Amino acid sequence: MKGYRKYFGKKILWLVITFIAALLLNFTLPRMMPGDPVAAMTAKQAQGLSEASAVKAIYDNYAREFGTNKPITQQFFTYVVNLMHGDMGTSFSQYPRKVSNIIGNAIGWTLALQFPAIIIGWLIGNLLGALAAYIRKGFDKVLMPITLFLSSIPAFGMAVMLLVVFAINLKVAPISGGYGFDMLPNFSWNFVVSVIQHYQLPFWSIVLVSIGGQAVGMRSMSIYELNADYVKYARFLGIKDRRVVGYVFRNAMLPQVTGLALSIGTMVGGALVAEIIFSYPGLGTTIYQGITMADYPLISGTTLIITVMVLIATFVLDIIYGFIDPRVKAAQFD
Amino acid sequence: MKNTLKQVFHSPKFLVGFCIFTSILLMMIIYPLVNPGNPLEMIGLGTFAEPGTYVSLYDSVGTKTSTLKLDGADVKRIDQVLSGEDRVNMLNWFTADSIDISGLDITDTDTLLAMWKANFDPSIRLQGMTKAMRNYYIRLNDNINAAASADILTVSEIDASTGETVEKAEINKTDYVNVGDVANVKTLPLGTDNFGRDTLKELVSACGTSIRIGLIAGTVATFIGLLLGLLGGYLGGFVDDIVMFFTNIFTVIPSFVLLILISYSISQDQRGANTIAIVIGFTSWVWTARSVRSQVISLRNRDHVNLSRLSGHSLMRIILTDILPYIASYVVMAFILQISSGILAEAQLSLLGLGPKTTDVPTLGLMMNWAMLYSAHLNGSWWAYFPVILTIAFISFSLNLMNTGLDQVFNPTLRD
Repeated sequence: MKGYRKYFGKKILWLVITFIAALLLNFTLPRMMPGDPVAAMTAKQAQGLSEASAVKAIYDNYAREFGTNKPITQQFFTYVVNLMHGDMGTSFSQYPRKVSNIIGNAIGWTLALQFPAIIIGWLIGNLLGALAAYIRKGFDKVLMPITLFLSSIPAFGMAVMLLVVFAINLKVAPISGGYGFDMLPNFSWNFVVSVIQHYQLPFWSIVLVSIGGQAVGMRSMSIYELNADYVKYARFLGIKDRRVVGYVFRNAMLPQVTGLALSIGTMVGGALVAEIIFSYPGLGTTIYQGITMADYPLISGTTLIITVMVLIATFVLDIIYGFIDPRVKAAQFD
Repeated sequence: MKNTLKQVFHSPKFLVGFCIFTSILLMMIIYPLVNPGNPLEMIGLGTFAEPGTYVSLYDSVGTKTSTLKLDGADVKRIDQVLSGEDRVNMLNWFTADSIDISGLDITDTDTLLAMWKANFDPSIRLQGMTKAMRNYYIRLNDNINAAASADILTVSEIDASTGETVEKAEINKTDYVNVGDVANVKTLPLGTDNFGRDTLKELVSACGTSIRIGLIAGTVATFIGLLLGLLGGYLGGFVDDIVMFFTNIFTVIPSFVLLILISYSISQDQRGANTIAIVIGFTSWVWTARSVRSQVISLRNRDHVNLSRLSGHSLMRIILTDILPYIASYVVMAFILQISSGILAEAQLSLLGLGPKTTDVPTLGLMMNWAMLYSAHLNGSWWAYFPVILTIAFISFSLNLMNTGLDQVFNPTLRD
């Protein structure tokens, strides 16, 4: 276990470093841009206002809110201290709601939607990829182009198509939202049913899109492994095909776990845009509202939370990888 | 080199992908020649005109007519007048009047009309029918009769000087004009979008812009990735540590988030298509850097590289002649994927409302964004969004196919 401690320690160190980097980026990127961000924001907010004093008031308010009149190190310090108290500022568009409150309401929806969807898409994709590699021939020839094409459809495109077919033409699913518009969130049976109904289309649009990429990757990995020397040797020894295939897929899975860890950020990005299509009450829709309403604190808070979510997911996958990869395991017991 | 190319073009996957991509490019070049003009010109008033051929009603009045007596012309005319709702209402009237409607198919206009003519009487007051409903049935009956009667339509013009109405033309039901004779006919294969722009023309132009965005983003990303990968991989040591530090950080911080933060900070009027492309490039170099670095590390201590180093060749020369040729295939493959992800990134940004400014050029993402903002998907205007999705899908499908094909050529273990 001593070895593992080193492995985990390293991973945790990286988690902390990337978290600090994310904080820094989230803080500095908007401030680094040419021009005065507060002025730009004021311009957005003050469109149509002709009175100079009103514009000045908005400018001053933003400047105070962000503390842009103070030196940048002090601004960062305030930012971090506020974050530690869970304070991400006040939303402009939903004044006087706190950003942390808005995000708190949205994050559950996103987590419940995206992580199951990505994991199920990953599982189905890997299964199909492995089957394609094992069966080859017709299955492979038909299935691979289809999955490749499926994976080429952007997540929002898949979302729109599912929406049009199932919600508008067939009328078997609701069009938008996370639950019936006539309901308040509670734990009644009706509400749960409504949530499940609203869950289907966003869920499947994410699953369908993530299947393709995974299947293609898994197929290549499996073919690579199936041609490896140890497989030939095992077959030569007369080990049953099923067992050999088991070994092969276990080995082929490993890079897929790393692949998931590396691509989870991209997948979350696509899924967030798919949320917008369905006006699903998650973080994607929140950030969209922030952008359309020029609500800077909301955008900044949401991007930070999304980054943290992806960081944690990657970290968890790294830990899982450490347990299932025999090479890492062996290294720990040396 | 020649041999490699030959091998590449023998790969069926690469070939199919290449053909799709080339035909998209050809379409982009040829269509504007056939149908020139500004793709952002708003030709239609109102939103979402359906795809089809539009014939000028004004011009067709003066055009030479021919008389054609076609069977069923009246029925077709009535077919156009009767909506699905009207048919159901007619059926309801029969039921209310307790007429036997067994075996009546409401999509069969002929029998429906015959029954309607035989049974409908505007003077009958059915029990429980509101006045509004009764008036509706009378109007419906009038419409049907108007469509079926042998009236002649008169087109008249108001004389500007006298204010009198002057008859200009009489139109018989059997008058037809040849579409070729009408001065103004416009075919809109994909209708118009929410601003009344020709969707197909816009799509072709948007496709060009999006591919350009992909190419610029891909070039920037490949350049940065290649530079960092080569430096880190070849020099090793401290430089490598720094490169890996940043690469690791940017691998886990989603580039999507960085894109949002950067694009939001650039004000709308400074966000041209090229700016967005460069920003996308700056956030997506990580993959290239990682794979180039690992390739270079495995090459670094090969004999030919060592020999070159011992011969006192400069760093530049070693990298250019002894390392780059070996990783060229990986770089090309990464570049192809960067193009496709760049196009996708632009589309996603535009959907969020952070894409290039809208007055400049159309891009696939902006078209999608406008279609969604004007609820094209909810009001059935499929031509405004579906071709866009399909185009994005085909572009990245062709690029992915090329990439897989190249992969199979350069990694013999993956060959079929």
